[in-house]
Amino acid sequence: MMEFMEMGSLHYYLAMIWFVLWGVLWAVYFILDGFDLGVGTLLPFLAKNETEKRVMYNATGPFWDGNEVWLISAGGVTFAAFPYAYAQMFSGLYTALMLLLFALILRGVSFEFRSKVDSKTWKKVWDFCHVTGSFLPALLLGVAFANIFRGLPLDETGFSQAGLFGLLNPYGLAGGVLFTTIFVMHGALWLCIRATGDLQGRAESLALKLWPAQVVLTVLFLAYTAVDTQLFSNYLVYPALFVILALPVAGLVLMRTYLGARRYWMAWGSSCLYIGGTALFGVAGIFPAIIPSNPNPANSLTIMNSASSELTLSIMLGVALIFVPIVIGYQFWAYKTFATPIEDKDMKY
Amino acid sequence: MDVLMLSRLQFAAATMFHFIFVPLTLGMSVLIACMETAYVRTGNEVYKKMAKFWGKIFLVNFALGIVTGITLEFQFGTNWSRYSAYVGDVFGSLLAIEATAAFFLESTFIGVWHFGWEKLSPKAHMASAWLVAGASNLSAIWIIIANGFMQDPKGFVIRNGRAEMDNFVEIITNKWAWLQFFHMIPAAMCVGGFFLMGVSAWHLYRKQNTEFFTKSFKFGVTIALIFSIVVIGEGHIHGNNMSLIQPAKLAAMESHWETQRNAPINLLVIPGKNGNLVEALPIPGALSFLAYNDFNAEVKGLNDIPEDERPPVLITFLAFRTMVGIGTIMPILALFGWVMRNRLNEFPQYMKLLPYCIPLPYIAIWAGWTLAEVGRQPWIVYGIMKTSDAVSPVSTGQVSFSFILMCAIYTLLGAAGIWLMIRLAKQGPDDNSPIQVQA
Ligand code: HDD
Ligand code: HEM
Ligand code: HEM
Repeated sequence: MMEFMEMGSLHYYLAMIWFVLWGVLWAVYFILDGFDLGVGTLLPFLAKNETEKRVMYNATGPFWDGNEVWLISAGGVTFAAFPYAYAQMFSGLYTALMLLLFALILRGVSFEFRSKVDSKTWKKVWDFCHVTGSFLPALLLGVAFANIFRGLPLDETGFSQAGLFGLLNPYGLAGGVLFTTIFVMHGALWLCIRATGDLQGRAESLALKLWPAQVVLTVLFLAYTAVDTQLFSNYLVYPALFVILALPVAGLVLMRTYLGARRYWMAWGSSCLYIGGTALFGVAGIFPAIIPSNPNPANSLTIMNSASSELTLSIMLGVALIFVPIVIGYQFWAYKTFATPIEDKDMKY
Repeated sequence: MDVLMLSRLQFAAATMFHFIFVPLTLGMSVLIACMETAYVRTGNEVYKKMAKFWGKIFLVNFALGIVTGITLEFQFGTNWSRYSAYVGDVFGSLLAIEATAAFFLESTFIGVWHFGWEKLSPKAHMASAWLVAGASNLSAIWIIIANGFMQDPKGFVIRNGRAEMDNFVEIITNKWAWLQFFHMIPAAMCVGGFFLMGVSAWHLYRKQNTEFFTKSFKFGVTIALIFSIVVIGEGHIHGNNMSLIQPAKLAAMESHWETQRNAPINLLVIPGKNGNLVEALPIPGALSFLAYNDFNAEVKGLNDIPEDERPPVLITFLAFRTMVGIGTIMPILALFGWVMRNRLNEFPQYMKLLPYCIPLPYIAIWAGWTLAEVGRQPWIVYGIMKTSDAVSPVSTGQVSFSFILMCAIYTLLGAAGIWLMIRLAKQGPDDNSPIQVQA
């Protein structure tokens, strides 16, 4: 594959900045959509009656769409900053990605559709779509990213030869289980913030029970990563990078501490720290590849052979510097205004 | 079928389905924001009721618009990977800007709008309505600039084996794109206007909520009248520009075969494979005039365009006639309604007809996009890259699987969504209970 830049050039540093932003975007996406996918997955397990179901829908109702745009942006930024990686990654992961999209479609409409008709069957159909549409993306994202961390079998053009079933290897599945657990935990903590009464109590005790599982899974996954992948090689070259691991570890500890103290916002924030740290840990491990190739590292899609031109990267940087702070500003405001314990008047679905 | 054909069909189906919902979002978001503004200005509760009633239908539509858009964003990578690799340097950035500048705004504030009736002051709530409307239309600008690049590529150089951005300003000031935008937005306003007219007429015909729906009707009919005239005028200018840049599209949409000066428009044409089967009722010079504003201009015919560079003639031709046909009917319908707006009860037949006219602007919009996209073939980026070189190296099985699944899901969702919208529209503004169905 052709390399578009020389190491150490301005172009190279721009591409590096975009690599970091790319990683951050995915991390923010996991943090934000993570909790609404988690709440959706929990629907049949926590809600005991119609009112509680509605509370669960409304708990994420005002936010899910804004959260999903982080996925669209992560996709868009991959396209803009690393078009070659976008092209090869999304066609290479064709079927998995399509399933992810269809699941998100069914989930997205279930919010709006479910409440509109007074019929048990109708509501059952959309509950089903909501739950599968929340669970499947959590699982698929985990499988996909574990495979990316491990490396995909790329040919000389960087096109993946894995197919859907190639992704379902043990390490990929382990990633799926880990992601699902993380998101479910994140969702349970969110419910602690927004639900009241019995439902909140159930969410809290679930989170307490899930915590040890999450710790064990994290440790096992790290060990598996060390054995099965090259993800640690950057860390061995630059041991300072191990600092990143402090984020998820701190996140885990604080999560439990704040949960014990019933400071739910702080517990949820710690979970954000954990998710963000975990994502960055993976992204730092694959640098400078966007999609590492395994077993043939020479075929990796890297920032050198995938990035856009210098002009495009600098224009995009300007756009990001202007708009992203604004986006963060109004999304923060929206969360502050609407993420309150749910009362009757907040039940729109 | 091969991967190319399947991918084209899948792309066409996915965009067309997205575009059942997009036009209403674009038009109605503005109309609802106007209703709320009227409420804030006058304090008249009826405007708030209007915003809530139309907003309820709007939300269902919006949800479908959003979820179908997400597939499209990723389809360039999944199905058109060689396209994405080749022009991604230009094209990808436009999609990314659309997401950061518009989609965030729109998706955040639709939540604020929906959940904010009690939590926000009327003014702040009105602001959120305007933000949704502005952001939706802003998103249209960026995606159309991206499409404009495919129609009339500007501001790039071929370097490093791909199209790289050379002049960003030239890309975003692309004349073709802005002509598309100013054709598309009035078209969407027509959708909003005819939607208001149709639903209001349904209730007025049944003498329900007369005051409420008379107000809504008058609003809708004014919008429909203004913008159905704008869309025609703008379409003409758009056509002039198109004729200069894509003569093959012009020839195909008129099924015009012989290169000639003073070229006529034949009112009756049946296109065939290598010429017209039937050609009658010519208006001399009309084609030259409409395309180039000069009766003596030369119009290139399909015979002078190599066969492998001709777009599919029949589809392009029918699409254009459909669009223009509807473009002729719409102002007439709207003008009648506007003139008679204070004596509507004297024309029950007209009121009975209007709900069936709601699909008209939709069909025109689909026809318009079909003209724009099919008429551009065989190019995916005009003059730069052929569609057949753009497709991903994925297997037929993968694409068939996703295509079939997509069609199944979309059909069910579309049916459920449209049924819901119709039921909500029929329910009227006073009934906010969930729809009752017999089990
Ligand atoms: C003329 C306008 C227009 C055109 C040509 C397109 N769209 Fe669209 N799109 C919109 C106008 C729009 C909108 C009005 O902004 C939508 C429709 C309904 C909605 O909620 O937002 C939207 C939603 C929407 C979303 C979801 C945004 C969200 O979650 O808030 C995505 C990802 C896309 N679109 C992507 C695309 C792509 C990749 C297209 C190219 C084929 C495309 N759209 C054509
Ligand atoms: C929303 C309105 C749109 C509609 C209804 C529409 C419709 C279509 C149709 C019918 C085709 C198939 C043409 C053929 O294969 O003969 C097509 C192709 C295509 N269009 Fe559009 N289009 C729309 C907007 C866009 C936009 C905004 C873009 C780009 C930003 C775009 C990019 C493409 C691409 C990449 C193809 C694939 C090439 C092909 O299938 O031939 N389209 N579109
Ligand atoms: C009657 C007069 C009209 C004329 C002369 C006209 C002209 C045109 C032309 C030449 C194109 C193709 C441009 C291209 O290839 O990009 C086009 C596209 C289009 N038309 Fe029209 N049009 C008319 C009416 C309408 C109406 C009534 C609607 C819908 C309500 C409509 C909606 C569209 C759309 C959505 C497109 C595709 C987007 C675009 O290219 O702008 N048009 N029109």
